[in-house]
Amino acid sequence: MEVIMIELMDKTQLDRSLQRMALEIVERNKGAANLVIIGIRSRGVFLAERLKATIEVNEKVEIPMGSIDITLYRDDFKELTASPNVGGTEILFDVEDKDVILVDDVLYTGRTVRAALDEIIDFGRPKTIQLAVVVDRGNREYPICADYIAKQISLKESEYVEVRINEIDGEDRVVKVIKE
Amino acid sequence: MNSRKHLLGLEGYSGEEILEILDHAKAFREVLDRDIKKVPPLRGITVANLFFEPSTRTRMSFELAEKRISADVVNFSASTSSLKKGESLRDTVENILAMKIDMIVIRHSATGAPHYIARRCNSIVINAGDGSHEHPTQALLDLFTIREKFGDLEDLRVALVGDALHSRVIRSNVFGLKALGAEITLCAPATLLPKGVENWGVKITHDIEEAITGANVVNIMRLQLERQTSGYIPSLREYSRLWGIDSNRVALMDSDHMIMHPGPMNRGVEITQDVADSDESVILEQVTNGVAVRMAVLYLLSPLRREAVEA
Repeated sequence: MEVIMIELMDKTQLDRSLQRMALEIVERNKGAANLVIIGIRSRGVFLAERLKATIEVNEKVEIPMGSIDITLYRDDFKELTASPNVGGTEILFDVEDKDVILVDDVLYTGRTVRAALDEIIDFGRPKTIQLAVVVDRGNREYPICADYIAKQISLKESEYVEVRINEIDGEDRVVKVIKE
Repeated sequence: MNSRKHLLGLEGYSGEEILEILDHAKAFREVLDRDIKKVPPLRGITVANLFFEPSTRTRMSFELAEKRISADVVNFSASTSSLKKGESLRDTVENILAMKIDMIVIRHSATGAPHYIARRCNSIVINAGDGSHEHPTQALLDLFTIREKFGDLEDLRVALVGDALHSRVIRSNVFGLKALGAEITLCAPATLLPKGVENWGVKITHDIEEAITGANVVNIMRLQLERQTSGYIPSLREYSRLWGIDSNRVALMDSDHMIMHPGPMNRGVEITQDVADSDESVILEQVTNGVAVRMAVLYLLSPLRREAVEA
């Protein structure tokens, strides 16, 4: 089997899109006073940290940040063989009436986001939940869409996207992977 | 843990397997601090709690753990059952299983009762205490509580004090602590040490002060008062004087220390009032952690997760 990798974004492009996303979030919410950020484990957490840092510098406010592990909320138990371990959720602030920015790397079937929504709602009733992703690759199975997207592409089922980030993968890059 | 179908005892468990359970327990511990203390991974799974022997906290702890991970729960207690009409253990259990039960939590006064059930039926079995053999979830929650304070158990000095002859808690603790590399001292009256204890690979002493000096952890077993009449100990007062833990004895411990007791306590016998209520006492934390540890065990053994791991 042949594996082909095509670069979709390099480090500079990824940085710029996160900067733009941070601006969009503040614009849409008319400031950052009511924002909290929650990253979906594991890549979403590091992306969330970057968004948080950017918004905090721009707006001179401190934004509460948490992380979420959706393992316990999955509907597709059978697909969790790759990492069946529970990493733990950490939301140490009140989400009641907050504008929650939920961050993940790739939006695909929508199942992960559905699980994350259920879990956040168990912590309280936010004013809004808005979804920020680096790549929306299409092929949704649930009626879910993102509010902030760095890159939108349409892929076949046999293709997938990797958002590679320095904290985990040692580089900042978005690639499309084709197996033939 | 992935190769295990049941949790019958900690004997034979590796340090790695135990740490896997404890790591999961940490994730579940967080759920207990939420406003809505419930997560959904065991939806659709039915668990039967079969308590053939009286128990308050273990039974409540299991039931809470099951509910907090969304399992359906049925309870059975021996005193109100057909056992009174002469039904055998095997028939009782087979009848319960005919009602499509996925997992069984069993407490029984006979050593090996959970093993017997595990061999004879398809269900997943968790031992909640069998005779004087093992009580694995109690030991796991003790290990979890120690790990929360000390992080690593390697070379940590742990004193286990009390009736080692009848205590399933001591036995499971020894297996678990050894697997994680702790240095164990066992202290009990000579009459309350089991045969073959010299092969357990622990230090044994009858002198409480020797056992406790420099220890980081002391885990004090309940003196089973029903034993007092069977001639194992001369009197409660003497037991208390020779093996009871008071503040003078606690003062001999390492400055970094904690006091544990699996409950129910006989205050004034194996532990004094002031020690039980001291800042170093983690007895109530043990109870809270017990729910998280049992959630982790149920989750890791659940048939849904098992299917996923085997796929």
